This record gives sequence, C-alpha cells and structure tokens, in this order.
Amino acid sequence: MYKVIEKEILHENLVKMEIEAPLVAKSAKPGQFIILRVDEKGERIPLTIADFDRKKGTVTIIFLEVGKTTKKLGTLEVGDCIESFTGPLGEPSDIRKYGTTICVGGGVGIACLYPIARALKEKGNRVISILGARTKSLLIMEKEIGKYSDELIVVTDDGSKGRKGFVSDALKELIDKGVKVDLVMAIGPVIMMKVISDLTKPYGIKTLVSLNPIMVDGTGMCGSCRVTVNGEIKFACVDGPEFDGHGVDFDNLMLRNNRFREEEGIALKRYMEEQWQCIGMGKKHGDKA
Amino acid sequence: MVIKHKYEMPEQPPKERIHNFDEVPLGYDEETAVKEAERCLQCKPKPCTKGCPVGINIPEFIKCIRERRFDDAIKVIKESNSLPAVTGRVCPYENQCEGNCLLGKIGEPVAIGRLERFVADWERKKGVTVPEKPPSTGKRVAVVGSGPAGLTVASELAKKGHEVVVFEALHAPGGVLLYGIPEFRLPKEILSREIDYIKRLGVEIKCNVVVGKTISLSEIKKEFDAVFIGTGAGLPRWLNVPGENLAQVYSANEFLTRVNLMKAYLFPEYDTPIAVGNRVVTVGAGNVAMDCARTALRLGAKESFIIYRRSKDEAPARREEIAHAEEEGVKFMFLANPIRFIGDDAGNVTGMEYVQMKLGEPDESGRRRPIPIPKSNSLMQVDTVIVAIGQTPNPLLTSELKGLKLGKRGNIIVDDNQQTSVKGVFAGGDIATGAATVILAMGAGRRAAEAIDEYLRK
Repeated sequence: MYKVIEKEILHENLVKMEIEAPLVAKSAKPGQFIILRVDEKGERIPLTIADFDRKKGTVTIIFLEVGKTTKKLGTLEVGDCIESFTGPLGEPSDIRKYGTTICVGGGVGIACLYPIARALKEKGNRVISILGARTKSLLIMEKEIGKYSDELIVVTDDGSKGRKGFVSDALKELIDKGVKVDLVMAIGPVIMMKVISDLTKPYGIKTLVSLNPIMVDGTGMCGSCRVTVNGEIKFACVDGPEFDGHGVDFDNLMLRNNRFREEEGIALKRYMEEQWQCIGMGKKHGDKA
Repeated sequence: MVIKHKYEMPEQPPKERIHNFDEVPLGYDEETAVKEAERCLQCKPKPCTKGCPVGINIPEFIKCIRERRFDDAIKVIKESNSLPAVTGRVCPYENQCEGNCLLGKIGEPVAIGRLERFVADWERKKGVTVPEKPPSTGKRVAVVGSGPAGLTVASELAKKGHEVVVFEALHAPGGVLLYGIPEFRLPKEILSREIDYIKRLGVEIKCNVVVGKTISLSEIKKEFDAVFIGTGAGLPRWLNVPGENLAQVYSANEFLTRVNLMKAYLFPEYDTPIAVGNRVVTVGAGNVAMDCARTALRLGAKESFIIYRRSKDEAPARREEIAHAEEEGVKFMFLANPIRFIGDDAGNVTGMEYVQMKLGEPDESGRRRPIPIPKSNSLMQVDTVIVAIGQTPNPLLTSELKGLKLGKRGNIIVDDNQQTSVKGVFAGGDIATGAATVILAMGAGRRAAEAIDEYLRK
C-alpha cells in the first residue's frame, strides 16, 4: 500500500498528489512514469512522474479526473492508500547539453515536462518554455517551470492568460525570428505533439515527444501501448515513452487511444450513479462502502 | 485383470461451460481415485518418474492413494513439487510421466495427472500442513520473478533454511500462472492457496518491484548471497503484417492479462475493460492460442476461429486442449496464414486476408515448413484478432547486468546447474529456454535450488 502524503486541488478536476513510494523515488529520473491501481478492483493506469523527492521518499503525480479511475483516485485524501504503485518505468529522458532547447507543454503534459526542463537547465542548456492550456485556471506549474527557464511563454486558447492561440503559434514565431533551436521537447495532448512535430519537421529540428498510450503491465509484456515509429512497432512502456516526433504515427496512436471508449463510458456512468446513490444515503462524496 | 482405460473424470458440459469461467474438469472423487490408483502396476523401473521434470516418486504416491493414505501421498509429492494443484492441472502428462507408463503399451496409461490433482485438492479441502522450519543458514537469496521457476526455487531454498525474498513486477504473484492461464483451466483461488503455502514456508514475496527499474540487479547482487532470475518469456511476437496495429488486434499476452490478472471478464464490476466482437480470430495453435479462443467464447463471441499455418499434426498445443476447444465450438482453419488485417476509418478491424499454405520439407524445428500457395488469397469478415504466435524473453532486466551471457534470442545462457556466466547468479524457466512449459520451468527451479544450496554452503 502506498500512502497519499499530500494532496492539492490545482483546479476543479486537476489534482496533484504526493505519494509515499521510497523505492520508486530512489530510482526515478526525469521522463519516466509509474503505473498505479487505485484499489483491488482497479485497472492499471500509467501516469508520468511530475516530481520526486529521494530524501522524503515520495513521488508526485498530477492528473486530470476524466474517467472512473482518475475520479476514484481524486477521492483519496491525505492518509489514504493506493493499492499498487509501480515504477519508475520507461527509459529516462536523454539529458545532455544540446544548446538551445524549447520545452513545449500542453495541459497536464506540463507536469511531465517539469522535471525534464529542470534537468535540461541544470545540464547547462538554454531553456525556452512554451506552456499552453485551454484557459487560465487550467494552466499548471508556471512558476516551477519558469524558475528553470531562460524565457517563458504562456499561451491560452481563449487568451485569458498570456497570448491567445496555440503553443504551435508561439513556437513558429520563435523559429521565424531566427532562434537557433537544437531540441524541441513536446509533451501534451496527442494532437498537440503531432502539430508540433509537423511544424519542426521541415526545419529539421530534433523533436522529442512523450507518449502516453493505453497500458496494462508497463514492462513490455502485453503490447497494448505499441506505437509505430519510423515504420517499426515500438512499445511506449519499455522503448519509450519518448520518441522522435518526426517518426511517430500519431493518427494510429489516436485511434488506439480510443480502443475502449465505449467501455470507459460504461464504467464512468456506473461509477457516477453509485456516487449519487451514496450521497442519497447520507454519505459524503468519496466515502468508501 | 488389467483395466485398459482410465477412469473418466467428469467435466462441465461444453454447452454450459462456454457461458462461465468455472473450471472445466471437475476432478476425481475418492472412490474413483482409489480405483484408478489400483490400475498402477507398481513396476520396478519407474519409467513415469524418469519422465517427470521434477522427479516425483510417482509409484509411491499412487501406492499411498491405493491404501487411502492420502496424507502420505501428498507428502511424497511435496518432497519434489510445491505446486501440485497447479501441475495436476496444466502439465503435459502425455509427453512425460504418462507417456512413459508401461500400461500405455497395452491401453491407456495410469491417469497420473488426475491422481496428482486429486491428492492436492484433497489436502486443500482438509487444510494444508506446513513442514517445520529448518534452522536458518543465515544466507539470503533473491529470486526475480514469481512464476513457476521462481516459486519452485524459493520454496526449495526455504525448506533448506535459507532466507528467500521474491521480487515480482506485477501487483500479485504467480507470473504466467496468474496472468496467462485462464480461470477455467487453473482457478486463481487454487493458485493463491499454493502461493500461500510457499509464503508459510517462510518465503517473502515483494510485489510491485520491477527489477531493472525499481531496483537494479547489481544492487540486489550486493544485498544477497545469491540471485535466481526467472523472469519468463514475456515479450509478445508479432506477425509483422499490415493492419496489426488496428484497435481490436490484441497480443495473446494483452488479451489474457486483461482477462486473467485484471479480471476484465467481470467488467464493469472490475475496472479493466476488454472488447470482444462477434467473430474473433486467434492466430497460432499452441496452448496459449487455445486459451485465447476459448476465452473469447466465454466473453460472448458468436464465433471463435483459430488460424494456423501448419496442419493439426504440427499444432504445438496439447491434444486435450485442442479437444476441449473443438468441443466448445472453436473453428479451426489449418494450413492458412493471415497476410493483412483490414480496418475501417475509425481503426476498427473489419476483415482479414489470408492465404492457403502447404507443407514442404522439415525446417530446423523438425516440423514441415509451411509454404504459401500462390493465388490462394481469401477474405474473411472478423472484428477481433488475437496474435498468439509465441513469446520471447523480456530484455528489461538481462540488458542491465554486465557479463551476463545471452543467446541469440535474448535468452540467458546457463549450464546444467542453471548457473549463468556471472558468479552467484542463476537462471531458469522460459528466460533460459525460451517459451516452454510450467513443469520444465519448475524442473529448472529444482536444479537451481540444489546448485544454489551447494554454492551457499561452500
């Protein structure tokens, strides 16, 4: 069992949790992820490591409550336990001195970007960060990433914070201005990573993306997370999660991420109904049976 | 008088069992077990024991059953096998003990597997007794992987007084016995009782630890006096044909792991989903393929096909498994091979194109090589595909330890004592042999335990 040490609601359904997992914290490196199972009947889902504290023995995760599992996870409070929490999994980011690196983060992907941006800066790179969100309140970790960025550009879809538009617009502007870019690190929704990769490809700018497909074991056993990269089957869990953005078949990835959409809908609906019944019986939201 | 046939073991009727995940064979009752035991000739040369990869004293335990000394029977088995309820269900007896039985020359061999299962189930019902703990040797052994090889090494070493810690990557122990073999062949309740026995021998099992990621093998080597690697053959093989990345194309590992480990057959009571359409095709004809095709039926598939590039004679599955699949209505397409899967715009599988095959000269495996027949292409409507054409060793851990010699297919090279090229590091099971059987892995586990014990006492 893995205890929730801290919990912070970043915004409505955006939650940050610090989990006690000393072995994971000890080995964690930027770019890696964990797989957790909330309770005995839970599914295994991958979440990227947003931060880790080796001394405290904790790992931080940030997640958006979208389906049954993340909603259930969001009901846990400090002192509650997660049934299983395994990691760190995947290959760590290749942190080197590249020169000028642009860290592009969208939505919850920013959480995953943070330890990478930090490590890139500490390695002596010039770090320009472009962070994007739908709206102001959904923008996370601006301060944290800002601390390790030489330049920080904020973009929102609705213009409620920073510039109005998409992260790709901001990146294109930088390129057009003649900034010599040695690496683009893009983490966010699949469509964002696709657009960024399409943008940098004609310029020949090395672009890495971090993929988060559906997984089960996370150790290379099941192949649920397979993605096509430069025409070859790769497993995001062991060969990734980072890949050359110019080689990734993003369209297939988007299709594969919808594999269980119907079932996910059923599970969520049933869960929400159960929650309502609990409230009706006088229990508060999130109480265990 | 010699009775030429095995006493029948009752089974759930096919029409009923395809609607549930309960065990198919129901086991002998006491009377039938004693009668079957009486068929044994108690011959001196014990060819059955020679055929057993873990060397169970088979005539002895059968004699005990005959005399209704079931307590003694289980003791005899457990001298060499800590998982009798498992092996009594999944061993390929026909190629091992029963294949060597003298009675087999004039009729059917003694039903050794059924008798082993009977005694194990008898003990479980009555309550398992655990042998007394031997004095501690003060030596510590790490076992990586809690499948049949790892569990065997662990229990044997614990019985010899060594302290054993097993590291398991998944959230529960059992390895392939848990994620691979379906409930209707090996009920998980039975597996968990067997594992409980091993824990009561003093073995500590640490789940959620991915050796090579959570802890490095080098760190483990420093902390323990010896290491055993039994991480299995976990990496699925693919056909490498177009359309293999469509949404409803599963590897056998994914399909079975979702159903067995994650209990997707109980969705939405359990959270892990599985999607199975009306026409399911499983590629391959090994035991794993049979498990997939039969599982698909139980999940509601209207038709479940097996497509295999060779003929029935070459199919690697046990005859019993093929027979069970046939009884349940699985349709076999022999001498046929998929060349592409067809999908719609949403990425769903809608069809399969395949070619007819013929058999040529034997290849390096000794089986006749399948050759595609030109212009024999056909199309078939399918909506779910399961690729069950084998697994290769998982490189996650073997790539990390310096000096560990690997074979061409990524398997760990070991000597007759399961010793690897690194001192104090032993390996066995599928990680050394490539995908094989539960009992061969357990045999390797026993040899490794002997060798580790000797190494630690030096």
